[in-house]
Amino acid sequence: MHGVSEAEVVSGIAPFLGGYYLFLASMNAVMAFYLWHYKHRTNDALVWTAFSLFMVIVSAAAMGGSPPGLPESVRNLVNWLTGPVIYSVGTTVLLVIAYVLRRWWVKPMVAWTLLNISLVAMGVSMVDANFAAIVTKPDNVPIVGLVFLLGFFTWLATAKAVENDNRAKEGLPPTEKLDDEKVLVWPDLVYTELICMVALTALLLVWAIALQAPLEEPASSVKTPNPSKAPWYFLGLQEMLVYYDPWMAGVVLPSLVLVGLAAIPFLDFNKLGNGYYTIEQRKFSYLVFQFGFLELWITLIILGTFFRGPNWNIFGPFEFWDPHKVLALNNVDLSQYFWIGFMGEALPKPSPDATTLSQILTILLREWLGIVLVVLYFVALPPLMAATIFRGFFVKMGFLRFMLMANLLLFMAALPLKMVLRWTLNLKYIIAIPEFFLNF
Amino acid sequence: MSIGEMIRESQVWKSIFRHPMPQDRRNRIVVMLTNFFLHLHPVSIKKQGIALSYTWCMGGVTFFLFLVETVTGVLLMFYYRPTLEWAYNDILALRDVTSLGILRELHRWGAHAMVITVWLHMYRVFLTGSYKPPREFNWVIGVILLLLTLLLSFTGYLLPWDQLAIWAITVGSNMARATPILGHEGPGQQLLNIQGIDMITNASDARFALLGARFVGEETLNRFYILHCIAIPLGVALLLAIHFWRVRKDGGISGPL
Repeated sequence: MHGVSEAEVVSGIAPFLGGYYLFLASMNAVMAFYLWHYKHRTNDALVWTAFSLFMVIVSAAAMGGSPPGLPESVRNLVNWLTGPVIYSVGTTVLLVIAYVLRRWWVKPMVAWTLLNISLVAMGVSMVDANFAAIVTKPDNVPIVGLVFLLGFFTWLATAKAVENDNRAKEGLPPTEKLDDEKVLVWPDLVYTELICMVALTALLLVWAIALQAPLEEPASSVKTPNPSKAPWYFLGLQEMLVYYDPWMAGVVLPSLVLVGLAAIPFLDFNKLGNGYYTIEQRKFSYLVFQFGFLELWITLIILGTFFRGPNWNIFGPFEFWDPHKVLALNNVDLSQYFWIGFMGEALPKPSPDATTLSQILTILLREWLGIVLVVLYFVALPPLMAATIFRGFFVKMGFLRFMLMANLLLFMAALPLKMVLRWTLNLKYIIAIPEFFLNF
Repeated sequence: MSIGEMIRESQVWKSIFRHPMPQDRRNRIVVMLTNFFLHLHPVSIKKQGIALSYTWCMGGVTFFLFLVETVTGVLLMFYYRPTLEWAYNDILALRDVTSLGILRELHRWGAHAMVITVWLHMYRVFLTGSYKPPREFNWVIGVILLLLTLLLSFTGYLLPWDQLAIWAITVGSNMARATPILGHEGPGQQLLNIQGIDMITNASDARFALLGARFVGEETLNRFYILHCIAIPLGVALLLAIHFWRVRKDGGISGPL
């Protein structure tokens, strides 16, 4: 961080962190009391009491002006590890692990431990000036909230699904079936709603008083900020711009996201899992949705918000956003690979004097390999899928519905595919026709 | 007779509430049927249908945030003029001069929260399979409401008219010029051309329609202001009504059969 010394940053954030650790301490104290008083689990209660006391000490240290931080070497290691490959592959692997080990991490004590670990990691990272600057930017605070809310609700839903799946194995109905009796909406529902409204109003008021809405300099069409970012909920789309041209990343793919979402009820022919949490009974739709939502939407937003800096370069969480950071970009089109690399010739070049038809033919010749591959991908793959791994789907869904699903899935897979091709082959465009703004 | 009883026995009170307080079973049923605001709800409901661990209350929270946005938005409109001359200064004044200087904060944080709660609501609906028959079409309406929520937030983002605002909108709306066929830098743009004259230029394409100009300027501010305050909220209100109505008509909140 330029202009501000490390010590100044620490003294600025220390009081906040003091309160933060005190909150952690009380949170764990309440948990310890709950475990001891209601669950009679003395050993667990003792562990969390000890942790709570430790957090009190950390809080005192933070309030005294020396909050614990991460050593320089660890921060440098994390920065060095941060990159699109490790980030994207890493989050995908994490999701797979979370799926495979879901029976383990839904256990309340495991989840509680994970929550504490992430909160402490957040706290010790905040001491770093660069990390604090990004996370505490007013418009980024909701995303920090979103991450923890998603974590909580994913845990809740998974825990309930695991329980229901275990019950199903024993031939028992889902837990939702147990509370089958009817109650009157007044008072049982309207009071819940009233309490929710009051709590939410209080939360909004506290949030509004504590955090001022951002207002930068007056708009100026000549001073372009670097980086220029779309609103946070569109940063996943902006991230796609790295791999696709605007007509795909900004228009076609977002439209297909909406079409795909709207099509879900008409494509999912599975009658099970209607009205209760389950994973086992609807594995396919569950996995597709989780990958699309958590990986292709949420993690890309997080990447775009917290890791993309000036010139849309990737920066580590503890790295200074240096606008002069230079990364070599030597991406190559497929046609260049084919003509220059493989054939050893120059690219066929449409002559400006030729007729439109002959120009188009030259372009088609230049891009033939990419065009064939894309056509194969979208036209030949679906029947192949129908004949092999998706045979059962095809039979149940019929031609039209299956083709729609297959193509939506292929469009969805097009993003990670292009990512991998970029990382491994520096591939820029599979089809590159800048003459007609048609790059794919 | 206590004051409370006097009020409840008065002709005025009885003209508004046509039955006694909802303190016994009969009147708790009647209140749901006779009150305009409550008649959205059924009279009775399965216990699991109102369990917070099942519903997460996120649909309700989203609707409440929409109401918060409407109220704070109307109040903000008293202070704000969507012109290049005044927009930024009015926002400054809102922060520094007006009493209750957290109005814009409530509106902005409420908007962020609403985007998040819409996502969480859809997440819950998906994970409980509640989009399955007979609720397919209500899910589709929900997807449109998701889009409208994002557009509401997007159009509101421009109104403070600071650097954050115009550049976020510039980045976002630049996509529109790459719209296939209808954007002046989109594939197929050359197709719409009459006797060699391009129909799709930077002064007639999809981006121009969105911005009302070739770049984000005063026309855009006006356009986004009307979209944000009138056009989209009306659409949302209509779809919300259908969304809620269909929840009831499709058999109430989902649950195992």
